[in-house]
Amino acid sequence: MNFIVSILFSGFAVVLIVLIPWVGVWAADLRFLFGIIIPYAAMAIFFTGIIVRVIDWARSPVPFRIPTTAGQQWSFPWIKSNPVDNPKGWGGAVVRMLFEVLLFRSLFRNTRLEYRTTDGGPKIDYEWEKWLWLAALAFHWAFLVIFLRHFRFFVQSVPSFVTILESLDGFLQMGVLPLTGWGLPGVYITDLLLLAAVTYLFLRRIYISQIRYISLPADYFPLFLILALGLTGVLMRYFIRVDITAVKELAVGLFKLSPVVPEGIGVIFFIHLFIFSVLIAYFPFSKLMHFAGVFLSPTRNLSNNNRFVRHVNPWNYPVATHTYEEYEDEFREHMIEVGLPVEKGIEPKGAEAEASEEAQKE
Amino acid sequence: MADTPKPDELAKIDHIPPLLKGWMDTPAEIKPGIYCYGSKPKDLNYVDMPNPRDWSPMDDDWKLPEDWEGIIHEGFKDRRDKFRTLKLFMDICVRCGACADKCHFFIGSGDPKNMPVLRAELIRSVYRKKFTTGGKLLGRLAGARELDEDVLKEWWYYLYQCTECRRCSLFCPYGIDTAEITIMGRELINLLGLNIDWIAAPVANCYRTGNHLGIQPHAYRDMIDFFVDEIEDVTGVRMEPSLNRKGAEILFITPSGDVFADPGTFTAMGYIMLFHYLESMGLDITWSTYASEGGNFGYFTSHEMAKRLNAKMYAEAERLGVKWILGGECGHMWRVLNQYMDTFNGPADFLEEPVSPITGTKFENAKTTKMTHIIEFTADLIRHNKLKLDPSRNDNLKVTYHDSCNPARGMGLLEEPRYVIKNVCNNFYEMPPSTIREQTFCCGSGAGLNAGENMELRMRGGFPRANAVEYVHKKYGVNMLSCICAIDRAVFPNLMEYWVPEVDVTGIHEMVANALVLEGEKERTTNLRGEPLPGMEDEEDV
Repeated sequence: MNFIVSILFSGFAVVLIVLIPWVGVWAADLRFLFGIIIPYAAMAIFFTGIIVRVIDWARSPVPFRIPTTAGQQWSFPWIKSNPVDNPKGWGGAVVRMLFEVLLFRSLFRNTRLEYRTTDGGPKIDYEWEKWLWLAALAFHWAFLVIFLRHFRFFVQSVPSFVTILESLDGFLQMGVLPLTGWGLPGVYITDLLLLAAVTYLFLRRIYISQIRYISLPADYFPLFLILALGLTGVLMRYFIRVDITAVKELAVGLFKLSPVVPEGIGVIFFIHLFIFSVLIAYFPFSKLMHFAGVFLSPTRNLSNNNRFVRHVNPWNYPVATHTYEEYEDEFREHMIEVGLPVEKGIEPKGAEAEASEEAQKE
Repeated sequence: MADTPKPDELAKIDHIPPLLKGWMDTPAEIKPGIYCYGSKPKDLNYVDMPNPRDWSPMDDDWKLPEDWEGIIHEGFKDRRDKFRTLKLFMDICVRCGACADKCHFFIGSGDPKNMPVLRAELIRSVYRKKFTTGGKLLGRLAGARELDEDVLKEWWYYLYQCTECRRCSLFCPYGIDTAEITIMGRELINLLGLNIDWIAAPVANCYRTGNHLGIQPHAYRDMIDFFVDEIEDVTGVRMEPSLNRKGAEILFITPSGDVFADPGTFTAMGYIMLFHYLESMGLDITWSTYASEGGNFGYFTSHEMAKRLNAKMYAEAERLGVKWILGGECGHMWRVLNQYMDTFNGPADFLEEPVSPITGTKFENAKTTKMTHIIEFTADLIRHNKLKLDPSRNDNLKVTYHDSCNPARGMGLLEEPRYVIKNVCNNFYEMPPSTIREQTFCCGSGAGLNAGENMELRMRGGFPRANAVEYVHKKYGVNMLSCICAIDRAVFPNLMEYWVPEVDVTGIHEMVANALVLEGEKERTTNLRGEPLPGMEDEEDV
């Protein structure tokens, strides 16, 4: 299997996911199914799936404390230690995790291998490369903000954090874009960021040869799915308007567990909702679980304090060892010869032994 | 043994993987110069490891146990339940590729299966088939594949092309640690007797004689005595290091590699000289022939074997009745001591919290393991002005420092060695930042891969390190690569000779000993290697 097959397969899958609600709602008018049953089912899978998965991880113990130390250890007062990259206690480990989860600290270290052979011989360089970090950060934060902005639809009176987010996110008004005068609503930066970041994350999978080689359909599929989710959202907001009041009625109904399907919502909304449903239903079975897994990662969430705080392995068991007695028994004579101290001397032949030897002779 | 290609030949490395042919369709081709010889039955027998037999990786038939698939399946399941890391690291990789070009073996070989992510995928693909619904249903589309003999051979081949250096884990946004995956993978294939000779033999040796090299107690004594003679030649001072002495305050344990071969031997002499120097100041220390190994090749076999070998340290400390343990310069030894020992074989309640008898410093960071690193010990001595040092004796050296992977990324011992180096020599130059400290590059021969038959692999794996040494050699005239790892000292001479022949290799305590001004010493004209000291080049009587 190569990258073309992977991309085609994932692409077809996503096209199919777009077509299903399109046909289902437009041709068969299955609004109840796509508006209520599937979203609920997806949410059920999402929450149960994540809980089951996390519990499954948590059931396996962490027998050894194995943080990857990325800075100076704590040793002497006169040597400056790095309490975050090499935490000595839980406080440092928490800060390390915050850096990791909120700012992608480890990814920030990324470099790019530059290898060339010059007249002076081969040369290995490690070049600046923060694009992956930047795109990943933009993608995740934009996704989060967009998700939070959607709370405008989930609850009847718009929460104040949503209004604040919206005004921050929308400071880039249409006036500065070439679309001026088309009568479109304000553009959200996060919409642009999300689409740009996802596109970049996809393109780098194709043009960086090593990433192309390791990418699986499971890598392209969520990217395409999120791209489709974003595009349908953008289409709905800026180009193919839907009846927002009706959409809100449906969303609030879902949220309050008293679902209704108002008339007059455009198909594009159902496509958007279906893609989202597939995404969250797929979530617990996919690599997307990294969002929960990162919190449990033993190389990051533990402090480097093994030498001064005991770590217990719950399944520690006794093992066979080669004891000193066995060792000395094998080498005693040699040890005595070179003057090494021994536990047991070589016993001079006792009367009994002599007697038995004599008995044997006879 | 395969001929190792010449450096300019070997440096032709293509880092671009095939465009259209996927890695699952590319079976591993086991190549001479890259692979290590298979384990021998006598060594597996000695420590009761499964499936001891004569076999060669180049044979078609690896003489696997009949139910080998079942054994792997059960072994995998068992380890999933025992190690959260295994489950997590199998599940959460997003293949972002941040690790891909961080591995010294990938940089030096261009073999895409040496990208850490792909090395892990070799195992992950099987895991998906066995344990995930998606993998069972969708097969290859979900990145899953069956475990067959070819796949098993591929595992073996690439699990022994990883030195467990953890450089990739530093860059992974989720902290996925290839060392951990390699450790698990090696545990699994060891259930089928698929070890390499260079690991299995030292393990059996260590179990029996107390050290990897199989040095028996009387021979160990001879070697120490030989060092004592050598030191007397150089310094005029006769020393009496003690072995297996009960009632000493401190037990000293160091890798056996350093009593066995140059240039590690000079570091071993360095320890003897330092201890002698401190004797009159109250140091009461003994070596042991039973616990005569700091390193732990069991760690390259399985957690259980690591624990079995490690047990000797506390056992010997208890038998001798010492108060605490001092550990020598070594790499993976300190990963085990720092992150495993107390959990494996502790608590060592019979020991006391380490205190330097010379300075009174409490080594608080070793409160429960009761084991202190000699670099910490010496740094503390220097800090308290307890050593009379003449760094000019090392003026012929332009030194750079290689952070060993394990003390760097499994401990964080970064400043202490630099502090010591700067106090014992006057010319110290750092290699580029992307190649030192936590980002340090492996020597290319760690985790049991320092055999002879895989020399090409070692030269490839060590290439990034050597290239950084070459950089400081050309820029500053660096002629000495210092390190605190016995495997480094054993393998760097080959690597340097291959890539940067003008650079030699030393342990830090060799430099300490050369700078150390002993009470009652004769005028020193040579260093421990018998080379004239700076300014003494004209002295005839050497």
